[in-house]
Amino acid sequence: MSLFDHIKKPKSPETATTPTTSAFANMGKPAEPIAATEPVKPVPASAPFTPIGWETEKVTATNTPDNATGQHFFVGIDLGTTHCVLSYAVASDDEDAEFSQQVMAIPQLTSLGMVEDKYQLPSFLYQAHEVEIAEGATALPWTHKPAYLVGEVARTLGSKTPIRLVSSAKSWLCHAGVDCKAPILPADAPEEIERVSPFQATTAYLQHIRDAWEYQHPNAPLSEQELVITVPASFDPAARELTVEAARAVGLHQAILLEEPQAAVYSWIEKSHGEWRKQAKCGDVILVIDVGGGTTDLSLIAVTEQNGNLELTRVAIGDHILLGGDNMDLALAYTVKAKLEKDGKRLEPWKIQALTHGCRDAKEKIFTQADVDNIPLVVANRGSSLIGGTLRTELTRAEVNRVLVEGFFPKVAASDRPVTRTRAGLRTAGLPYAQDAGITRHLAAFLAKQQHATEDLKDVNLPEHATFLHPTAVLFNGGVLKADALANRLMEVLNSWLQSEQAPEARLLAGADLDLAVARGAAYYGFVRQGKGVRIKGGTAAAYYVGIESAMPAIPGLPPEIEALCIAPFGMEEGTQKELPDDEFGLVIGEPVRFRFFASNTRREDIVGTRLDYWTDDELSELDEIEITLAEDGRRAGEVVPVHLRAAVTEVGTLELHAVSQKDDGQWKIEFDVRAGE
Amino acid sequence: MNTYTIDLSLQPTTFDLWHICLAGTVAVLALTLIIVLIGMVMSLRRKPETITITAEPIVKIVEVEKIVQAPTPEPVVLKESTPDAALQLLGLLQKEARFIDFIEEDIAAYSDADIGIAARVVHEGCSKAIKEHFTLAPVRSEAEGNKITLQQGFDATTVRLTGNIVGKAPFTGSLIHKGWQVTSVRLPKLTQGYNAAILAAAEVEL
Repeated sequence: MSLFDHIKKPKSPETATTPTTSAFANMGKPAEPIAATEPVKPVPASAPFTPIGWETEKVTATNTPDNATGQHFFVGIDLGTTHCVLSYAVASDDEDAEFSQQVMAIPQLTSLGMVEDKYQLPSFLYQAHEVEIAEGATALPWTHKPAYLVGEVARTLGSKTPIRLVSSAKSWLCHAGVDCKAPILPADAPEEIERVSPFQATTAYLQHIRDAWEYQHPNAPLSEQELVITVPASFDPAARELTVEAARAVGLHQAILLEEPQAAVYSWIEKSHGEWRKQAKCGDVILVIDVGGGTTDLSLIAVTEQNGNLELTRVAIGDHILLGGDNMDLALAYTVKAKLEKDGKRLEPWKIQALTHGCRDAKEKIFTQADVDNIPLVVANRGSSLIGGTLRTELTRAEVNRVLVEGFFPKVAASDRPVTRTRAGLRTAGLPYAQDAGITRHLAAFLAKQQHATEDLKDVNLPEHATFLHPTAVLFNGGVLKADALANRLMEVLNSWLQSEQAPEARLLAGADLDLAVARGAAYYGFVRQGKGVRIKGGTAAAYYVGIESAMPAIPGLPPEIEALCIAPFGMEEGTQKELPDDEFGLVIGEPVRFRFFASNTRREDIVGTRLDYWTDDELSELDEIEITLAEDGRRAGEVVPVHLRAAVTEVGTLELHAVSQKDDGQWKIEFDVRAGE
Repeated sequence: MNTYTIDLSLQPTTFDLWHICLAGTVAVLALTLIIVLIGMVMSLRRKPETITITAEPIVKIVEVEKIVQAPTPEPVVLKESTPDAALQLLGLLQKEARFIDFIEEDIAAYSDADIGIAARVVHEGCSKAIKEHFTLAPVRSEAEGNKITLQQGFDATTVRLTGNIVGKAPFTGSLIHKGWQVTSVRLPKLTQGYNAAILAAAEVEL
C-alpha cells in the first residue's frame, strides 16, 4: 500500500493543472448557463458572463448552491404564446430576507447537434421527418432523445419547413370550437405528418422547462417548489383547466395559475421595493396594457384603502384579442412586399419570411435610434452566391410610422369601436385573429364596456357624464411597448379621451420590466402567497351561466327559447364554492348531457340562480358547451337522477363544476374541454 | 609390533595439554556454527525490510531525476488549439452572416454597390453572431489618441509598445488602438457525433 501512496501523491496535482482534465472534471456537473471555454482574459468580478442587456440578472446555476439539499424556491413560469421564461428566487426562512430573483437560462437545441443556454424557450414544436435527424443529433444534457423538438431548433427548422411547425399552441387552447386534446396541429400539415394537440404541445414546453430545471437543480425537484404558471386574463375556464392539466401531466401537481396582467403588476410592486405606495394612491384605477408577441391582454386594477393600507383589486379583464408584435412585423413585411412588387419583383414565400425577420430588426432600430430615418433591408439569395442575387430595399421611418403607429395605434375617439365583418366560412380552420388591428379601438371598447366596473368601490369615483371608465394610471407590459413611439402614442390617445371628459391625464407607472415582468411577477406571487406582501384581490373575472330551455309552449319552426342561469357569480374568490340547489335537472345515468355555456365579464350583480331571458351579444359571450356524463357506478343505466349544480373556484385558480345528487351526495364532474364535438 | 591401530575403546585417561586444546577447538567451532546459523535465521526474518530499503532508493531516484530536469530549460510546448471550436465559430458565422459564402465568392466581377449590399448581410450577421457568443471589451478604456503612461511591470501581452522604445518605465506614449479582449465565451455545446467540419449542410428543397 505504501508503494501506491508514493505514486499517487506527486501525480494528482500534475493532472489538475492541465486545462483539458479540469474541463472534463466539470462534465458531470450541471452546466454553467454560459459555457465558458477558457476565458482569454480573467473576467473582472463586476462583469460576470452576462449577455448584453441583462445587467441586472444574475447568471443562474453558477450562483445556485445546487448541492444544498432542502433548498426551496419560488418559481414563476411565463408560458407565452411565442416564448416561455422561468424566473425563480430562493425561499428563505429569514423573515426580513430580500426577495432576489433571477431568470433561468434554459439549455435547448439551437440547431441540430448544438445546445445553447437561452433565457427564453421559444414556444414552438417541430415534427421532424425521421430522415431529417441524424442519430443523437437531438440530444439534450438530460436526455439522448427528447420526445419532441421544442425551442429555438423547432423555430429554426420550422422557418424552412412550416408544414411541420407547431406554433401558437396557447392561442389554440383558448379557441372556441376545437377540441384541444385532439391532434390538430400543425393545422396545415399534409396527412402523413403526425399531429399533436395544443394540449400536448403545451405539455412538451412544460416538460422541457421542468427537465432543464431539474438538470440544474438536481436536489430541488420542480414538483416540490412553489410554482406559479401564468395565463392570459382572458383565458376561459376550459383553457385554464387545460393549462393546469398540462402541468399535472409532467408531475407539477402543485402549480397554481396567475393572470398575466396581474403578474406584471406584481413584478412592478416587487421591483419598486415598496416605492409603489408612492406611485399609486387610493382611488387609482390602473390600466394594464399587455401587448405580447401574439396577444393583447387588458386588465383594470383598482387601488382602494382598507384600515389605512392600500389594497389592489382586479376589477375587469378584456376579451382575448389575438393581435400582437408578430402581426406588426408581418404588416411591415407586406408593406415592403407591395413596394417591391410595384417595381415588378416577384417574392416567393421564403423571401417574405426573410423580410419579416428583417423588418423586425429594422423596426427596433428605427424606434431606438432617433437619428436613423431609413434602414436598408436585404434578403440574401438562398444559394451560396451572396452577391448579385441579393434583394435590397429599405424601410423608412415614415413607413414604420404609417404602418405601426397609425395602423395599430390610430388616433380614434373614445366612442370608436373595433370593426368586425362577417367572416367567410373557414373560421375553425385557423385561429380567430383579431379583425381590427387598431389596438386603440379595442382599448376604447374595453373601457366603455367596463364603465361600471368600479361602481362597488367607494374609493373610486367616476364623473356622472363619463362614457367610459377613466383610468388614472397605466402599466405597460410586453416587448412591443418598449418602442417609445408606440407607448407614447397609446398614452396620447388615452389622454385625449380623458381630456375630452375633463378628467386628469393618466400617468405611466415607471419601472416596469416589459420582457420579463410576467415570469418575475409569477415568482413573486409565490412569495406573496406566503403572506409576505400585498395581494391583488379579484376572484373570477367573469360570471358564468348555463343555457336552459325556458318553459314555454313550443313554436313550430323556431328553436326553443334559451334562458341563461347564473351558476357562478362575478368575483368568486379562490377556494370558495356556490351551490345552486333550487334548480334541479333530471339526468339520465350513462348518457352524456350537454349544456350551452356562457360567460359575462360585465354583469357583476348577478347572483347564483339568476335567470336571464334576454341579453345582448355584448353582455354574454358563448363558450364551448360543457358536458356531464353520469357514470354508472352502482346505479342502473337509464335511471333518472335529480341533480343540482355546484360551482367552485379552486385554490389553483380554475373553475370546477359539479353535478350533485341531493338524495345521496353523489357527485359528477362537469367537463369543460368537450369542444367541437358536434 | 609398532603398528598404528585405532582403538576406539580407548579413552583419554589423562588430561594433558593436547586434549585441552582439542576440546577448546571443538567448542570454538561449535560456537561459530551456532552464530552463523542464528545470523542466517535473523537475516531471513529481516527480508521484507530489506525490500523496503531497496524500494526507497527507487523513489528517490525518480525525484532526483526531476530535480535534475528543473534547472535545464523545459522543452517548449506550444498550445495546440482544437479544431472543433474554430470550426464551430466558422459554422456560426456562416449561419448568421453567410461568411463563407462571401469569402468564397469572386468579388472582382461585381460592382461596389452589389458588394455593398452583400456586405450588409455579412456585417449584420457577424455582429449578431459575435455579440451572442462573445463578450468584447476594449483593453484600454482611454480614448484613442490620448497620452497614456505605462508603469514598471505593465503586462506586455495586453499592451504592445511600438516606435521609439528606449529607456526605462514609466513609458508615456499615445494610444493608437484601444485593443480588444474577450471577457467571456459562450459557444454552444455540441452533441456526440456532431461533425463541426460541415459548416453548412447542403440544402435540398422538396
